[in-house]
Amino acid sequence: MNAFFATVRRDLLLAMRRKSEVLTAVFFFVIVTSLFPLGIGPEPVLLKKIAPGILWVAALLATLLGLPRLFAADHVDGTLEQMALSPSPLGLLVAGKILAHWLLCGLPLVLLAPVLGLQFDLDASALGILTLALLLGTPLLSLIGAIGAALTLGVRGGGVLLALLVLPLYIPALIFGAGAVEAHIAGLDVGGHLSLLAAMLVLAAFFAPWATTAALRIALE
Amino acid sequence: MLNVSGLACSRGERRLFVDVGFSLAAGEWLHVQGDNGSGKTSMMRLLVGLSPADAGAIFWRGERAPSVEFRRDLIYLGHHAAVKEDLTPLENLRLAAALDGVALDERGALAALIRLGLRGREELPVRVLSAGQKRRVLLARLLTRPADLWVLDEAFNALDVAAVKLLGDLIAEHLAAGGMAILTSHQPLPVPGGKALVL
Repeated sequence: MNAFFATVRRDLLLAMRRKSEVLTAVFFFVIVTSLFPLGIGPEPVLLKKIAPGILWVAALLATLLGLPRLFAADHVDGTLEQMALSPSPLGLLVAGKILAHWLLCGLPLVLLAPVLGLQFDLDASALGILTLALLLGTPLLSLIGAIGAALTLGVRGGGVLLALLVLPLYIPALIFGAGAVEAHIAGLDVGGHLSLLAAMLVLAAFFAPWATTAALRIALE
Repeated sequence: MLNVSGLACSRGERRLFVDVGFSLAAGEWLHVQGDNGSGKTSMMRLLVGLSPADAGAIFWRGERAPSVEFRRDLIYLGHHAAVKEDLTPLENLRLAAALDGVALDERGALAALIRLGLRGREELPVRVLSAGQKRRVLLARLLTRPADLWVLDEAFNALDVAAVKLLGDLIAEHLAAGGMAILTSHQPLPVPGGKALVL
């Protein structure tokens, strides 16, 4: 487990030395979600209706923005090779990298979402559901994205391929994540949506590091 | 202790080598030689388990490699710098050790860097160091990570005369302590003895 935390610490330290890469995704999220209320104008009913979808799509794209860099730097400078040859299981190190990616790219979105949701006239309880749904959903996005990032590692024009590969897999998270907030606004129970998100998260937490590791080993050959 | 037999590798349509075999006991080292493109690096990558061989078997202490035990006993340094440019040499060494599950305190890491002639550079980001100094940061891992088998691919590249001698000494010490080494190089190596394998 020490190797797991060492990987998290290493990736956080690297991100602190190169803050612009992390901030790009966060600013993208802030700006995209702010453009919609500005473009649509003061129509609270419409804004409230489209808020969950827009916030979730923006979160999806912001996560996607950081994904190509998840393994690229380690691949180019040879540290990924060293990780593959380390006595620590590669799956554990990969899981550490995914956690670091979520802490850097996912958690800020979760924390910002309630503030940005205010622009869409969401009330406090809807903002709470939105934050909770994102808290369950963004780790899922990082986990699924890591598989895509590993599969497209070293491929020329991998960024576009990554988007094509990963975005369809994000659809269930989008449907249930945005659906939870919509259901709440409509006065329905959100338990089902959140449970399904949580179930998908558990499933992905179990399989994604394993699948990512397999893809990385192929990329290293 | 290391037994390799019948190793074969092809890249695309081209056969690089077939039926390569050798064995290494404690204190022995192997010099892999060959022209550019003859498959030296490919063979090193097969040996450590980074890419699968077409045929052949590698046994480490009687067990089929690559296994967790094999990786614990192995250090592989390839063409890549394998250091993080944004971190300092000290951070690089300590994080690499932590990733490998090896305990390494600051004093140990510093001692290794000083032996490699990086005194005064340990707190600078690696990106401001020269190619040879980056290489020395990587080589410091030979001191901080206990391993019986060293697989060094062109490790003498980019090193100055003093560093070549230092690395030669390190390898000699490692062999004297019962270690094994597999090296590739186009130059004559400053390490006495050694088996030769020509691809």
